[in-house]
Parts: sequence; C-alpha cells; structure tokens
Amino acid sequence: MSANDQRNIPATPDRLVAALEGALESRGLGAKSFVDAHVRTATEDWVPQNGARVVAKAWSDPAFRARLLKNGKDAVAELGLSLPAHHRHLVVLENTPKVHNVICCTQCSCTAYTVIGLPPDWYKDFEYRARVVRESRSVLREMGLDLAPDIEIKVWDTSADTRYMVLPARPANTAGWSEEKLASIVTKDAMIGVARL
Amino acid sequence: MDGMHDLGGKQGFGRVRHSPKAQVFHADWEKRSNALVAFAVKQGWLNMDEYRHAIERMEPRHYLAAGYYERQFTGLVTLLVEKGVVSREELERIAGAAIPLSLPGAPGRPNAPGRARFKAGDRVRVREDFVPGHIRMPAYIRGKTGTVVAESPAYPFPDAHAHGVQAEDEPTYDVAFRSEDLWPQGADAALVHVGVFQSYLLPA
Repeated sequence: MSANDQRNIPATPDRLVAALEGALESRGLGAKSFVDAHVRTATEDWVPQNGARVVAKAWSDPAFRARLLKNGKDAVAELGLSLPAHHRHLVVLENTPKVHNVICCTQCSCTAYTVIGLPPDWYKDFEYRARVVRESRSVLREMGLDLAPDIEIKVWDTSADTRYMVLPARPANTAGWSEEKLASIVTKDAMIGVARL
Repeated sequence: MDGMHDLGGKQGFGRVRHSPKAQVFHADWEKRSNALVAFAVKQGWLNMDEYRHAIERMEPRHYLAAGYYERQFTGLVTLLVEKGVVSREELERIAGAAIPLSLPGAPGRPNAPGRARFKAGDRVRVREDFVPGHIRMPAYIRGKTGTVVAESPAYPFPDAHAHGVQAEDEPTYDVAFRSEDLWPQGADAALVHVGVFQSYLLPA
C-alpha cells in the first residue's frame, strides 16, 4: 500500500496513539512503562480528594487558611501535595457570602490538576470556555447555581501558568465535624466554582 | 495568533453539557495520549508553550471537530514530527492510516522592550498586539483597561518560549477587568481576572 493509499483510510484515535507509543517504545527509552505509570498517577493520585483535604483543613485551622490564601503552593505542600514545576504559583480564591469565584481556561483547559483533579469533560468543551467569561451568571444558573443578585462574581481565566482553586464557603450545618467528614462533602465542581456547598 | 482556540467571549455556543459525575477520560487511548505528552516533556522534546501552540495551529475545521484529547494528541505528534523525533511516514506505516498534523507555524518574538513594573492598584492597558505566532493574551482583553490585583512569579515568555526564541522570564500580573468594559452592554456583570504577561501591558 502506498503512502497515498494510507492517507485515505480514516484513522481512529486509538490506532494513532498506539502507533506513536509503539514508535517511541522502539527507541528503547521506556515509553511504555512511563505511560503505564503515568496513567496510574493520573487516575489514582490526581483526584479531587486532594483539594478536598486542603479545603477541610482551611475550614478547621485558621492559621492554615491564612497560609493557604497567602501562598497556595507552600500551604498544600504541608499536606504532601505538589504541583508540576511549570505551575509556579497556586492562588486560592476564597468564596464569601458576597463574592463567588469561578475558574476557567478560555484558550486551552489548564487547571491545578494535581490538587483539584484533572478537568472534567465539560470544562474542556467550547461552550464553557467561550461563555463563562462573558455570561458568567447565566452559565452558572444553567449549571444549577442560581446566585443571589447581590453576590459579586469573579471569573479567573487561567491564561498564564499560575493555577487557581476556589475555597468554597463552609456550609452552616457542619459545626463540630472532623476534617475527614468535612472533606467528604467537597467536590471538584465546588473547587472550580460552578457549585456552592 | 487570532486562532480558533481563543474562544473567550465567542457567541453562539449552547448550554454547557454539565453533569455532576462528569468524567475526565472516556477511553484508554485518552489516558495514554495524555501520558505521552508527559513523556515528551520529560525527554526534553517539547515545552508547554510549544505544545499549546501546536494545538492552536490545528486547521480550524479539525480543531472544532476534534475532542480535547484528539487535539492534545495532534499537538504532540506534530511537534515530534517537526523536531525529527519520529517521522510521519513511520507513524502512518505503523498505524496503517493517515495522521493529521497541525499547520506550520510563524516566527515568535522576544519580550517587549522597556517593560513597565506594576503594583497592585495600578491601572493598566493591554497592548494592541497582533502577532502571527503564539501569544497567551486572550483577544477579548486586547486594548482593554483593567486594574492590577497581584503579581505572580516570573515565567518564560510564551511568545518566545513556544518558538525557541531567547527571552527573559517575566512576571505575570493578575489584572481584573470589568465585564462591561470588555463587552459593553453585552455581558453579565462580573470581574474577569486574567493572568497577563508584563510584555502585553502598558500603564493606563
């Protein structure tokens, strides 16, 4: 089969990815074992339970909360969490009764994935990327978050390698809860800012 | 470049297809493609600015028709072919199928000369730059005025770093724009915060 014939065959992505992985594996650089390990890390370690622990500690420990708001990267390191080297700054955005924060990435789909988990499908879709900066209140309402008119919305577009996470407001009915129990109610959506708890 | 990827503020899109149980991956190949990007970074074959730009260089019909991980894979394989790590012919022979690549790029640029230093509270205006290569300035802030809220540590300048152009690292500023200044009478009221590289900013 000539190269021209091959180019007429519709490719499926699984076939293309396998071809690249096979080609790189044949170079003897350990591509396959790296990929296997990375898949485990991405699915088992980069989970929203990490950020949930951070939020629960910030709710429980005012000194930690202050450190977290001052320097997110250093504060999450106290809980054994790290960010990739090229994410040099983690900014934690505190929701209050009068301010609601929501994060996005209009040009690609950047997130603090080691802390809040990899972005969900809708975060990477064109609808969210195009609309949330311009129609924030409408988009949030469509997604089930109907904010009172006196709540100010701040949208954070991840256009540099600084990363963001939202510190949700602590629900009123959680007095006396352990950090573990608090962490169990914190969702990825709340740390992106498309839900309040 | 004013590419298809620069979606902020574009109109005509419908509802976000949100689900509280939304997935990150939908197939194994997506996980493996994502991992191959990390492998390429570890090998020193590419940096994140080159990678983002390679995705932005996808032909617009392809960009819009592809899902996230297909865009990611296209950016990755384009760079690996351009840098000579693999050849398109080798990959197409193994796959037995065509591998669509992104379109060739245009040159990058170094940092702006005479960059100003800003502090929280300063009013700033975004330069009206139109460049053929990579830029991390969403078009919706071009020429607009906002207020500096904070400064982030210095990062490689994307317009250079995506193109192998020598440049200094420079700070990014968290700049808050009022949505009504960005889209007068055409937006929900909000403050839109954007991380803006120093080279893109002028004193207002």
